Amino acid sequence: MRALYDRLKQLFPLGEPTWQRPDLAFVTVPAEFLRPALLHLRDREGYTHLVLLTAVDWIEDEQFQLTYLLSNRTQARDIGLRAMIPRDAATMASIHELWPTAATYQRELREMFGIDFPGSPRIEEDFILEGWNDIPPYRRDFDTLKYAEENYSQRPGRETHDPATHMKQQLHPDGR
Amino acid sequence: MSMKPELMKRMVKGPDGVEFEVEPLRDYFCEAPPTVMPAAYSRIVEDLFNWARAESLWILGFGTGCGAIEMRPLMTPRFDAYRFGVQWRPTPRQANLFIISGYLSTKTLKRAIRSYEQMQNPKYVIGLGSCTINGGMYWDSYNTIKRLDDYLPVDLYIAGCMPRPEALLAGFQELKTIIRAGKAEGANKYAENFEWYKANQKRVIHDWDMPDYNW
Repeated sequence: MRALYDRLKQLFPLGEPTWQRPDLAFVTVPAEFLRPALLHLRDREGYTHLVLLTAVDWIEDEQFQLTYLLSNRTQARDIGLRAMIPRDAATMASIHELWPTAATYQRELREMFGIDFPGSPRIEEDFILEGWNDIPPYRRDFDTLKYAEENYSQRPGRETHDPATHMKQQLHPDGR
Repeated sequence: MSMKPELMKRMVKGPDGVEFEVEPLRDYFCEAPPTVMPAAYSRIVEDLFNWARAESLWILGFGTGCGAIEMRPLMTPRFDAYRFGVQWRPTPRQANLFIISGYLSTKTLKRAIRSYEQMQNPKYVIGLGSCTINGGMYWDSYNTIKRLDDYLPVDLYIAGCMPRPEALLAGFQELKTIIRAGKAEGANKYAENFEWYKANQKRVIHDWDMPDYNW
């Protein structure tokens, strides 16, 4: 993996790598170099399989982290490319021409995180949620409990009782 | 609120070359709301009917959540629910028991309502697992409903996460006694409180794009 990192370092400005396992590493790539890096890995280094494309919401840094996990089947190695994009009006270049499966991930990211991928097929359509009327639910500033309480009727009787406190009240009701 | 494209009024060319207008909401669906089905004229006949209904529970094979996995051992020889007169059917028209098997997202709720309304009277609903009772482990989820009986008339809940197939068999026996006692009036309850159920359903399904009554 280190040899691959050194080769990539010659070509692209890379950030600090994370050596997760002997066969798995993550490197940060500036968002504008992501597409050439992916192309290089796919066509020259044999990382032909896009395992997943996912996002992390770093709300404190006002950034989204996009993780493109690629796999090299013959060498049984994985590399993850991380790209940081600004959180407000988040937009990223679509990679659906490199891997058609990416279009599905991008639809999901648009719906769940609100990250736009212009030009990706069917990106405007509803993916999982139908008729969603709030901010994208995987964003960390979305309060899922508050939304659930406001939108769904709850059955009463959900409060829990700590057994120790309960037994204390049962055995010593006057608080002694 | 816009309807699905296949529900829009359109011109259709028949196989004989004649063009005609199709208005699916009027032509394919029942406009009248569901009506209450009265009991038979005599108590003894109604008891006979209820006995027959209890002994032929035909389940709609629609797994809404993870609980659907409990139905596979029930169908197969290990637990063999068929010996109790319980069997699974592929379409709503052929079924009279709808098992909501676990959590129900609002997207699935829409399909569940369609399927329930397409079933023929008398029909029964079993809520399977704690998710249907109070949300279960999805108690703070943004897209699953928390109590099923606000949206569909539930005759019986089977608690557990997940209930074992034995619990389902016990539930079927319990449902049979409820039906024999003439207390499984879910379909009539749905018809009586149709407006209330519709209001609840539309409160959580924001893109209502189907007829109000899918019969």
